[in-house]
Amino acid sequence: MGDNLDDLYRDIIMDHYKYPRGKKKLEKADVKNEGKNPVCGDEIEVSLKVNSGKVEDISVECIGCAISVASGSMLADAIRGKTIDEVKKIAANIKAVLIGEKAEEAVELGDLEALEGVNKFPVRVKCALLSWTTLIDGLEAWETGEGKNGSTTE
Amino acid sequence: MKSENTGGTILREKREATAGFDPEAIMADFPILTRKIGSNKLVYLDNAATTQKPTSVIEALNSYYRVMNANVHRGLHTLAEESTAAFEEARRKTALFIGGVKSEELIITRNATESINIVAASWGRKNIRRGDRIVLTEMEHHANLVPWIALSKETGAELAYIPIDSQGVLDLENIDSIITDNTKIVSLTQMSNVLGTINPVEEIGRIAHAAGAVFLVDGAQSAPHMPVNVKAMDADFYVFSAHKMLGPTGIGFLYGRENILNSMEPFLYGGEMIREVRYDYADWNILPWKFEAGTPNIAGAIGFSPALDYLNSLGMESIRDHEKKLTAYAIERLSEIKGIMIYGPKDIESRGGAVSFTHGEIHPHDLATFLDSRGIAIRAGHHCAQPLVKKLGLNATARASFYIYNTNSDIDDLAAGLAEAWRYFGHG
Repeated sequence: MGDNLDDLYRDIIMDHYKYPRGKKKLEKADVKNEGKNPVCGDEIEVSLKVNSGKVEDISVECIGCAISVASGSMLADAIRGKTIDEVKKIAANIKAVLIGEKAEEAVELGDLEALEGVNKFPVRVKCALLSWTTLIDGLEAWETGEGKNGSTTE
Repeated sequence: MKSENTGGTILREKREATAGFDPEAIMADFPILTRKIGSNKLVYLDNAATTQKPTSVIEALNSYYRVMNANVHRGLHTLAEESTAAFEEARRKTALFIGGVKSEELIITRNATESINIVAASWGRKNIRRGDRIVLTEMEHHANLVPWIALSKETGAELAYIPIDSQGVLDLENIDSIITDNTKIVSLTQMSNVLGTINPVEEIGRIAHAAGAVFLVDGAQSAPHMPVNVKAMDADFYVFSAHKMLGPTGIGFLYGRENILNSMEPFLYGGEMIREVRYDYADWNILPWKFEAGTPNIAGAIGFSPALDYLNSLGMESIRDHEKKLTAYAIERLSEIKGIMIYGPKDIESRGGAVSFTHGEIHPHDLATFLDSRGIAIRAGHHCAQPLVKKLGLNATARASFYIYNTNSDIDDLAAGLAEAWRYFGHG
C-alpha cells in the first residue's frame, strides 16, 4: 500500500462516498437483496424496479466504508435505465477491473473506471464488490424465482 | 502535519524524562522498526494483535536451526540433548514468569486459543452436562467464546455472561445470580483486547471457587503487559500466547492445576504423549507431555527464552508504568481531536494499553488505510469480539495498542494522522 492513497480514494469515489446516490427507498421493489460482510461490518440493501426488461428505478442503502458506499452509489447511477443483460455485463466488467483481469465482453464503464485503483489494495476489493455481488445475486434469484438469503464477498 | 507536531514534541521531551526505561534505546533492539512503509517511518501501534521481535529472539530462532536442530525428548545424541535442554529451559523460564508454577503444570501449545480449546474439549466434555452453567463475560475474545458456545451446543449446558457497564467495566452487582451453584466453569479475560479493561480476576476467582466452579483466566492481553501471578489469582487454568510478548508465533501456553490436568484425558493422541503402546493398548505419558502429542514448535519455544529475558530485564512493573504513561497520553491527545470517541475505562489504573476508538462517521477500515499511507499501523474491525463490538452499538472500531518500544512521538504521529483523516474524509 504505502503512499498511493489518492489512487484508492479518487475524487469520483470520494464524491460518491460523501453524497451517495440512489439512497431513497423504493415503494415497491421487484428485486431485493441484502449483502453483508460481517468481518468488516458492512451492510447493504439493493432494490430494483424492473419494467419491460429494464431497470426503471434503483435504491442502494449502504452502511460501510468509503469504498463500499461509493461503489454502491456508482452502481445506482450506472445501471438506471439499463437492460438486465447490460447490467450483468457491467457487473462482470467491474469484477474484472477489481481483480485486475480482462472482461470477456468489454463495455464502456465511464466513471466506474475510478474503481480500478482498488485492485492495488487487495484487502479492499471485497468492499467494492459487495454492492455488485448483492445486485447480481438478487437478480438471479428474481429470474429463477428462488428466494435469496443475502450475499457476502468475505 | 509537521507543524502540528511541534507542540507535541515539547510535551514529549517533558514526559519522557522517566529514569530507567528508555524506549529510544529499546527501539534499537527491534530491526523492523527501522523499515519504511512507502516513504514513511513505520509507527507500529498494533501490539495487541502481535508484537515485534527483538534481535535476540530472531537470532535464537536462527541459531537453533544453524547449530542445534534435533527432535526433542527422544534422541540420544548431542544435538537432541541440547535441543531438549533448551526446550525444557524455555518451559521452566515461562513457569517462573507467571508466578512460579511447576513446569509439569505448563503445557506448550500453539497459542492461547489452542490452550482454551484443550480445556473446553478435554476438561469440558468430561465435566459439563446438560443443566450445568458456563460463565463468561460480555467482553470475551472469540477464542474464549466460541469453544464454550460449541461445548454448550454439544452438551446442552447453558451460557451466562457477566455484563459490562457503560464504561466497559464488568458489572459485578448481580454476580451471585450469574455464578450459581450449577456453574461448572468461570472463564474470563484478564484484560480486554478491545476496551483495555483490566478485570478483578482475584475477586471473581474467589466467587467462582466458592460456587465450586473451575476458574480459567485468559492472559493473552495481560501477561505481556503487567506482572502476572497465577498463584495469587488462584486460577485453575491460565492461557497466553508468546507472539504477543516479543516471542515467535506458534507458541502458546496452558497452565493447569496439577490435579485437574491429571484428571483430564489427552486432547491429541500420537507420539510423545504416550508411555507404552501395544497393538491393542496405550497409556499416557506424565505431565506436561501427556498434552503435547507430536513434534512441538521447538524453535518457537527456544526462541521465546530470550523474549522472556528481555521482558525480565526491563521488569514487568516498569513495562506497566511505561504503558500507563503512553495510554494516558494517548487518551489525552485523542480526546482533543474533533470526532474521536474513545471506548473503555478512562481510569489508567483499571486499563491497559489497547485503546479503541471511532472517528465520527469515518469507517475504521478507511481510517486504517489512511493511517497506513502515513506509515502508521493500527487495527480496525471487530477485533475477534463481534458480540462486544455489537454491544457497543458499532460494526467496527479502530484500535491503537502500545508496547515497550512505543513513545509519545508515535502517539503524536497518530493524533496528527487522525486530524488529517478528518479533513481527508470530508469533515471540514
